[in-house]
Amino acid sequence: MEEVKLIIDGNNITVPGGSTVLEAARSAGIRIPTLCCHERLEPIGSCKMCFVQINGCAEPQQACKTRVQDTMQVTTDSEQLFSMRRESLRELLLRHPLDCPVCDKAGECLLQDLAYEFGVTDVHQHVNATFETFYPTSLIRYWPERCIVCKRCVTACAEIKQLGAIDIKGEGPTAQVYPAKPERCESCGECLQVCPTGALTENLSRYKTRPWLSKRVMTTCTYCGCGCQMQLNVMNNRVVGMTVPNVFGVNKGSLCVKGRFGYEFINSPERLKKPLIRKNGTLQETTWEEALGLVASQFSRIKKEYGRDSIAGISSARCTNEENYLFQKFMRAVIGTNNVDHCARL
Amino acid sequence: MAGLAAAFGSGAMTNPIRDVLSAKSILLTGTNTTENHPIFANYVKEAIVKNGCKLIVVDPRKIDIVELAHIWLRPRPGNDVAWINGLLHVIIRENLHDEDYIQNRTTGFDELRACVEKYTPEYVSGITGIPPEDIVEAAVTYGGSKPSSILYAMGITQHTNGTNNVKSLANIAMLCGNVGVVGGGVNPLRGQNNVQGACDLGALPNVYTGYQQVANEDVRSKFAAAWGVDHLSSTPGLTVTEMFGGAERGTVHAIYVMGENPMVSDPDINHIRECIEALEFFVVQDIFMTETARLADVVLPVACFAEKDGTFTNSERKVQRIRKAVDPPGEAREDRFVIAGIARLMGFPLEYPDTRSIMQEIARVTPSYAGITYERIERDGITWPCTSEEHPGSPILHVGTFTRGKGVFTAIEYKDPAEVTDDEYPYILTTGRVLQHYHTGSMTRRGTGLNRLYPELLAELNPDDAGRLGIGDGEMITLSSRRGTITVKAKLTERSGPGVVFVPFHFSEAAINVLTNSALDPTSKIPEYKVCSIKVEKASM
Repeated sequence: MEEVKLIIDGNNITVPGGSTVLEAARSAGIRIPTLCCHERLEPIGSCKMCFVQINGCAEPQQACKTRVQDTMQVTTDSEQLFSMRRESLRELLLRHPLDCPVCDKAGECLLQDLAYEFGVTDVHQHVNATFETFYPTSLIRYWPERCIVCKRCVTACAEIKQLGAIDIKGEGPTAQVYPAKPERCESCGECLQVCPTGALTENLSRYKTRPWLSKRVMTTCTYCGCGCQMQLNVMNNRVVGMTVPNVFGVNKGSLCVKGRFGYEFINSPERLKKPLIRKNGTLQETTWEEALGLVASQFSRIKKEYGRDSIAGISSARCTNEENYLFQKFMRAVIGTNNVDHCARL
Repeated sequence: MAGLAAAFGSGAMTNPIRDVLSAKSILLTGTNTTENHPIFANYVKEAIVKNGCKLIVVDPRKIDIVELAHIWLRPRPGNDVAWINGLLHVIIRENLHDEDYIQNRTTGFDELRACVEKYTPEYVSGITGIPPEDIVEAAVTYGGSKPSSILYAMGITQHTNGTNNVKSLANIAMLCGNVGVVGGGVNPLRGQNNVQGACDLGALPNVYTGYQQVANEDVRSKFAAAWGVDHLSSTPGLTVTEMFGGAERGTVHAIYVMGENPMVSDPDINHIRECIEALEFFVVQDIFMTETARLADVVLPVACFAEKDGTFTNSERKVQRIRKAVDPPGEAREDRFVIAGIARLMGFPLEYPDTRSIMQEIARVTPSYAGITYERIERDGITWPCTSEEHPGSPILHVGTFTRGKGVFTAIEYKDPAEVTDDEYPYILTTGRVLQHYHTGSMTRRGTGLNRLYPELLAELNPDDAGRLGIGDGEMITLSSRRGTITVKAKLTERSGPGVVFVPFHFSEAAINVLTNSALDPTSKIPEYKVCSIKVEKASM
C-alpha cells in the first residue's frame, strides 16, 4: 500500500495510506484522548473527544474519522482543543450520575479517568428522562442513566458477532440502548467487554469486589478447544469474575457465554471436598490415607490375580497436559498396560 | 483423527484459527461453530463479512451460521461420503483440480477418479436429497475460490463411517491443492479444552507422547530408560468403549477414571451401567459427584482448572499456560498428587516438585514438544511441532511435503449408517451441544447464570413433523429407539429438517445417550452419535 507522510505536533510521520489521523498519531506514540473509539471496532465518532486541528481546516476535525493525506499538518493539543474536549465530557456527564462509589466499574472506567484528567467538577445534572432497563440477557444489567450512548456495545454486537441484538433508540438526552432483536442475543458479553463506563455490568458478580481489590490471574479457558485467554478475578480465595485483555490471545478480548459467565461451578457448594469409599453399599467420607491405600492395594491385587491388562484407565480431555502425561505414565510404567484412553471420540 | 493421520500423517488441525481470514472460501460441515466454538465463529464471520470470503455450509440442521452462507446444502444425517464424492466428481469434471499439486504431492488419484465417476450430482441427489444444482454450485465455489479452508467437527466424525468422512474431506482438500498453504487446510475443531493435549501426551492406547507407537521397539526402549522400568507392554491397549466391553466379558476387572463422565457422555448408557457394575473395582477422580462417580467404589476429589498450574493444548496445537488462582475446596487435591500418591503406595515414585518439571520431562521424551518450556510460553503459547528451544513452532502443517511424505487419496464408496429408518423407527435422531451448556453439564448446570438461559432439555423437532404427530410447541414427547426411551419437551423449529430430531446430551436426568447407538467406526472407534433411528410420540400424561 502506498505510504503517506504527514506532520503531527511537529513530528514527521509515515503511515500507510488510508490510515486515520488517530491511527497515525498512535503509531508515533502521540496520545489523543478518546472514549468511543475501540481497537476492535470501526470508528464510531460519537464521543467528540478526539478533535484535532488540521492546517487548512477552519474547524477542528475528529481524528478517528479523518483519513491522513500527504503533507497534512496536525495539532493534537492546544487550549482550544482542551476546552472543547472538556465541554464534550461535561455534556456526557450531564446525564451520567456520579454514582462511582456504588458502581462496579469505578477504578477502571474510561469516563471516570477522563473526567479526572480534565478536572470536570461543576456538573449539574438536568436529565430526568425515564428509561427502559430491559436487556436481552439476564447475565448483564443495563444501567441506562449511566449510559453515554457511545455505541461501542451496539457496534461490537453488529460488527464482531454479526447479531444486532441491541441498538440505540431515542435521541439526545433520552437516547438509550434497547433490545432490538433480543432473540438473537447469545449472551456472549461482547457489549459488556467494550463498555467504557458502568452502563453495562455483569449480573453474577455485582457488588462482590472492586477492580483494585481483586487479584487477576491469566489463564486459558476450560471449555472448548479454542483456547481463549482470560483473567480470573479473585477475591478472598474465590473467583468472583472474569476479565479479558483486549487484543490478546486467539480471542482478542472476546469470550462466549460459557467462558465469560460459566465460572460459577468453581465455587459450587456441590464440589467434592473429601475422599469417599463405598462401605455397605453407600459412599462414605474417609481420609486420603485410607482412600489411596485401598486403591493401591486393589490395583496391586487385581494386577497380581488377573494380569496387568485386567486394569484400564480413562484419562481426561479436561485435565492438563502434565496430568495426562502422568496418568498414562502411571498406567504404562506402574500398572504395566497400554489400556489408557480418553474421551476424544465422544 | 485416524482419517487425517492416514491421509496426511498427522491428525491435528492443519492451520491456525486466524488463517480463515486468508481464505477465499470456507467449507464448513458437521460443526455448529457459533454454538460450540463461538470464538472460531467470530473469525469465520469476519472472513465472510469483511474479506468477502465465500461460505459453503453443509449440515442437516439449519444452524445459525447458515444465515451467512452463500450456499447451504442439507443432506440427511449420515450421507457425508455421498455429497463429498459428488463435489469431487464435479471438481474433476469441471477441471478445477490442481494437477501439479496432485502430481507432485499425492498418490492414489487415479483410483479416486475412477471411484467418483458414478457420483454425478443426480446420483448424489438421490442419496442425500440435495438438489443437483446445489452440489454443482458448492463444488465450483470450493474449487474456484482458493485457498479454501475446510472446518469440521463431531458432525463428521461421530458416524460409523466417520473415518471415511474425514478421508473424503482430505480428498477434496488435496484435489484442489489446499493443504500446506496459508488460508487452506483441513481443520477438525476440538470440542474440549484439552482433547488435543490428551492425545498429544499419550492418553491413547496405541501411542506414547507425540504419537510414538507402543509397538515400536526403539520407542519402547527409550521410554523404559526414561521412566526407569525394565519392561513396557508392546501390545496396544483398549479404547474406552472396548474397556467397558472387557468389563462385561470379564477380562477387565478394574477401571480408573480421571475426570470423565461416561454415564452421560457414552452411547447406550444402560449398557455402560451394566459394564461398570460387572467390575470388581471402580475408581473415579472428579470435581463433582457425577453420574459415573455415583457408581464408584472410591471417589477422589480433585482441583479444577482454576486451582492448578499446567498447560492445555488448544485445537490449533498451541500449548498455553493455565495458572492457579484459588485453592481447591476442602481436602480436594490436584490430580497429579493423587496419581503420585497411588503410585508411591505401589512402589513407584511419580513425584515432581512442580508442573514445570513435568513439562521438562515431556520435552525430553517427545520430539514435537522438545522446544516447549514454561519460560517460552509465559506470555504467548507455542504451536507444535516445536523440535528445539530455537524452533519457533509450526502453525501450518504439511508445507512443501506431508508429514507422511505423499498425501494419500482414498477411493471411498458411500455406505449407509449402521441404523436406517424403518416403519417402526421412522425418525433420525442426531445429538450435540447447545451454546449455554458443556458436555455432560457437570460444570455448566451447577451455577445460576447459564442455567437461567437454558434451564431444561428441549428436543428440536420440525414443525411439519410435529403437525403430523399432533405435537404442539412445548409439549412433552417420548423418544424411543431400540435401546431405550426418554421423555422430553418438544421445541418446534425449522432448524431440524423433516424427519430429523436434534437433542443435546447435557442433561443427565433425561440422558439422550440412553437412545444412541453404540455402533462404532471400525478404525477410530467413535460411536455413531449423529444417526440413530427413533420413533416420536406424544407423551401420555
